[in-house]
Amino acid sequence: MSRIEKRFKMLKERNEAALIPFVTAGYPDLHRCRDIVMALAEAGADIIELGIPYSDPVADGPVIQAASQQALAASMDLEAFFNLVAEVRQSSDVPLVAMTYYNPVFVYGQERFADNCRQSGIDGVIVSDLPPEEGEEWLKIAAVAGLDTIMLAAPTSTEERLRRVIDSASGFVYCVSRLGVTGADQDLSDSLRPRLERMRAMTDKPLCVGFGISTAEHVRQVAAPADGAVVGSALVRLVAGNDGAPDLIDRVREFAVGLKKATVR
Amino acid sequence: MKQWHFGEFGGRYVPETLMPALEELAAEYARAQADPAFNAELDYYLREYVGRPTPLYQAKRLTEKLGGARIYLKREDLCHTGSHKLNNTMGQVLLARRMGKPRVIAETGAGQHGVATATVAALFGLECDVYMGAEDMRRQALNVYRMRLLGARVISVESGSRTLKDATSEAMRDWAATVEHTHYIIGSVVGPHPYPTMVRDFQAIIGREVERDMQQQEGRLPDYLVACVGGGSNAMGLFHQFVGRGPKLVGVEAGGLGLSGDKHSASINAGSPGILHGARSFIIQDDQGQVLPTHSVSAGLDYPGVGPEHAWLKDTGKAEYITATDAEALEAFHLLAEYEGIIPALESSHAVAGAVRLAPGLSSDMLMVVNISGRGDKDVNEIAEVEGVEL
Repeated sequence: MSRIEKRFKMLKERNEAALIPFVTAGYPDLHRCRDIVMALAEAGADIIELGIPYSDPVADGPVIQAASQQALAASMDLEAFFNLVAEVRQSSDVPLVAMTYYNPVFVYGQERFADNCRQSGIDGVIVSDLPPEEGEEWLKIAAVAGLDTIMLAAPTSTEERLRRVIDSASGFVYCVSRLGVTGADQDLSDSLRPRLERMRAMTDKPLCVGFGISTAEHVRQVAAPADGAVVGSALVRLVAGNDGAPDLIDRVREFAVGLKKATVR
Repeated sequence: MKQWHFGEFGGRYVPETLMPALEELAAEYARAQADPAFNAELDYYLREYVGRPTPLYQAKRLTEKLGGARIYLKREDLCHTGSHKLNNTMGQVLLARRMGKPRVIAETGAGQHGVATATVAALFGLECDVYMGAEDMRRQALNVYRMRLLGARVISVESGSRTLKDATSEAMRDWAATVEHTHYIIGSVVGPHPYPTMVRDFQAIIGREVERDMQQQEGRLPDYLVACVGGGSNAMGLFHQFVGRGPKLVGVEAGGLGLSGDKHSASINAGSPGILHGARSFIIQDDQGQVLPTHSVSAGLDYPGVGPEHAWLKDTGKAEYITATDAEALEAFHLLAEYEGIIPALESSHAVAGAVRLAPGLSSDMLMVVNISGRGDKDVNEIAEVEGVEL
């Protein structure tokens, strides 16, 4: 059983949903990024998504675009990413998911990328622009390396596509809450709950919701119908707004503690 | 699955949110292709509105000047709006209407595709937003104003290198949010399937006309077909009819300040396999798969990728790709203006530069067609600035 599967099993026993914060790797810098990840783990994050910065992030809104650009400008690369993961893994058992676009994986070499993920301590991978049709090769390589591949289900996905996405996914299924790109929202989409119910009828795999989840109230709303909530842009924005603040790490911890409380059903 | 690919190139590498829209578009396009009414309507607008067919004109003075192959110019610059781009936007807007989408969006580099999109949106009363890099808006201010006159909104893209690549990313982001009522009119043979195939098909009328007119004028096929390649839609439009039939296909990429540095846009000559904007092709990137900034004096060629079918034509040796530097393109620009009375777009000037390179080495019974994909009015200010001329 993978570290991600174990975590969902434990959460089920506790009747909690997973809190899945997202951070852009290497943002605001490598050192503080590591401290942020550790603080999130201590605050009760169940899984942590580490975004690999990419030059052309077509699925991301302005907040994560800006964080990615800043990390890349500070020479963030895959070697630094795997070192960051290894460092976190030395002192924490929290499941770690790498979120990336396909091109860096393809150019680095899919096998090499998978091996380095495994060796550094990554448990699962999300490739934002790799639908099941194009992902056959990666899915095999990831399975051999013992990595989960989390697939994205969209509001636009047809029944047939949902089946294919769910079949390909391991670890959990990432349910995109609404149309558009990543970014914090005021309200959650009304169509989310019925969509989750439809998917629930199709699979036993954990269903986690992301895109636009920015407050404890949002987390509470999805904690009942879903198995987890991904909080990305809101957290990256918090980091951006407190870049330079001496208590940045405390603020991140406090935010995460509040979100985690909201996952208790 | 394999019909999405050109050999190892092409594909559909996009977030799941867009996949159903691509499926819908591919299905609707297939239905439209088989529908005589659609084809009749497209033919009508191409003839009566775009102004097709465009001439195939024998450039006698240029031929004499270069001394070698007999040069013909395919005059896409004479299309309404001043470039070949309207061939594609006309096809796609008719599809958008069939799909019942009231809004279209586009990316644009030189502004020619933006103008062509704004034009068909005005023609059919659709809402239109065009994404354009801030740097390109500066370089192509005239086209920005034209788009606004046509009723489109032009949205300045400030991210990344602030050119065509970033405008394309921003258009894809818009589409992911608005896909239910918006059709994304991609302007070149790039992007996820079905775009590279569909845009090629809409542009393939260029090559069909060339074959017909060359048969009429010379009684045979041409020997060389030369076109500039950024994303590569005018080149695919010219080449498609002739792939594997004998004529030598030559694409001319933007060599910028030369391939030895990093100031160029020559994805095929100096890039490596990768995925950009939904397709696998050659892209200009570092060893970590991060896409690198490009350069060309021509905004329309200033793009780090190239259509996947070009990558495949290169890989299989069915076409050849050379480069022309900024300086060579500017020289060719002046040459065509002074010897033929035709002011070509800076993009098309790269094709002319290709002819300047190749024609003198060929015998005078060789027939060479150069695609003048667009007219150069939009570039006059930029050229004056580059050459230090006060207007």
